[in-house]
Amino acid sequence: MTKVWKYGDSVNTDMLFPGKYTYTCGTAEEILPHMLEDLDPDFAKGAKSGDIIFAGRNFGCGSSREQPTVGFKAIGIKAIVAEGYARIFYRAAINQGLVLIECPEAVQAYKEGAEVKMDIDAGEIIIDGQKFNFPLLPKEILAIRDAGGLLAYTRNKLG
Amino acid sequence: MGMTFAEKVLAKRSGNEKVVPGQIVMIKPDHLLMHDNAAAITAKIKDDLEKHGVVSKELPVIVIDHVAPAASEKTATNHQDIRKFVKKFRITNFFDVGHGICHQIVFEKGLALPGGIVLGSDSHTCSYGAVGCFSTGIDRTEAASLILTGETWLKVPKTIKMTLKGQLQENVSAKDIILHIIGDIAADGATYCSVEFWGDIGQLSIEDRFVISNMGIEMGAKNATFPVDEVAVEYLNSIGLAPSDYDAIWADDDAEYYMEKEYDLSAIEPVVACPHQVDNKCLAKDLSDTKVDQCLIGTCTNGRLSDLVAAANILKGKKVHPDTRLLVLPASRKIYEEALDMGIIKTLSEAGGVILPPGCGPCLGAHQGVLAPGEKCISTANRNFKGRMGCKEAEIYLASPETVAASAINGRITDPRGDI
Repeated sequence: MTKVWKYGDSVNTDMLFPGKYTYTCGTAEEILPHMLEDLDPDFAKGAKSGDIIFAGRNFGCGSSREQPTVGFKAIGIKAIVAEGYARIFYRAAINQGLVLIECPEAVQAYKEGAEVKMDIDAGEIIIDGQKFNFPLLPKEILAIRDAGGLLAYTRNKLG
Repeated sequence: MGMTFAEKVLAKRSGNEKVVPGQIVMIKPDHLLMHDNAAAITAKIKDDLEKHGVVSKELPVIVIDHVAPAASEKTATNHQDIRKFVKKFRITNFFDVGHGICHQIVFEKGLALPGGIVLGSDSHTCSYGAVGCFSTGIDRTEAASLILTGETWLKVPKTIKMTLKGQLQENVSAKDIILHIIGDIAADGATYCSVEFWGDIGQLSIEDRFVISNMGIEMGAKNATFPVDEVAVEYLNSIGLAPSDYDAIWADDDAEYYMEKEYDLSAIEPVVACPHQVDNKCLAKDLSDTKVDQCLIGTCTNGRLSDLVAAANILKGKKVHPDTRLLVLPASRKIYEEALDMGIIKTLSEAGGVILPPGCGPCLGAHQGVLAPGEKCISTANRNFKGRMGCKEAEIYLASPETVAASAINGRITDPRGDI
């Protein structure tokens, strides 16, 4: 069964990746040990490719700090499902090719241990058999995410 | 139906006659702001830079301010990498250690103009709404892409209109206004939105407006802006910019707003944002039992001359309480020198303040005043998140320079109105 990490409202960038490391950790290898250090010490040790994160409102609020999105992508987090996101974090996630889903109903319906399935391209999440739809990104933005992130997209364009 | 400020700027800059909220437009910003993170940003595109070069040597603005002077071999090497990049690609807008905080430098050097667009790899890039510039934060990867292409997409935001009515009480300042508003609307109350401030704004100096626009991000806003008026024109004149040097844009009278709010400034009392969220609004007068170990006056929110003057007026002839410490960081060298000339630095030093070099200082917990477990700091910064000042067992309270100065004297949180 897909592992789900569940967090609350207003998980800020300092909780996702402490500010004191922002000028000393740049690569995914350097970032990974500090992911969610001040929020959930188990995350960096236990998170695996294919895991999903559920969170409340205003996920990723605070600094322009892309390290958490780099970390989530490097781990292979399948998707983050939240009630809402702060905009710089949302943009950073697209630029790393990370899947963010805004679906308050799904977050509210999720209970610990529930079975979660999703079809990202179809805009569907199924929680214990109950289906929720989420809006798909505009095609211009999906093109960035689907290229594997913004730099890959830019390189394709520049040739 | 007319357009809001954000809609008009984005329509003009994307070559559209009209845009609507939700629409995606391509724009070329006037400038791209970076700071110490320019090292990490340029490292991402090392090979691409060899192949394609920078799209424009005037586009980037780089200010070394976050860990300045360097605190370790690693941060020193970052600074060295930035200087190499600047030399190699002849970047014209580079400000090394000691110039000050990036947002203040953009402001002082006239790099953010009315009706313009500035993007920056720092969340407080929204500050330049103070002079009617559309400015917002982006991530490092996007900054890297912009160095190569000079172009990106923006989603046209919905706009919230906030009308400020009435006169502020004495020793209540712009910081109290914005902390009050964030406490009211919540930390995600303006997420994805453009915020326009209207009403009795003539009483707010350009520095006051900077404080308010700076904290727009703390309610989730994409940008937070004031209409260009006499106060703004006078400021721009003072830095050598005539109205013919920019093309100011104002919202249409019949613009459609997503939400409208009105605030009575005369009812606002000194506000403190308690740990660990900026919207955790309390009143200074209710926190007089809270002892503070450190008091910080500075940062991109409140390190300007008027902030230092306000603090000095309260601290003149008084001493910082022996159980606390006061750190003062002018936001730029220019401010530092003006404060020196006015005797403000001497006043603050004589009171027991520690004067730190212009820069971000301990705001992000990297150096120059990191907190110990169990300590409490009252600060004029813009964030009080857990761990922000380098220790997750410490507490940060956000307040105005007046409240922080008064608290430094008493060693506990103090309402700056009345006798201290």
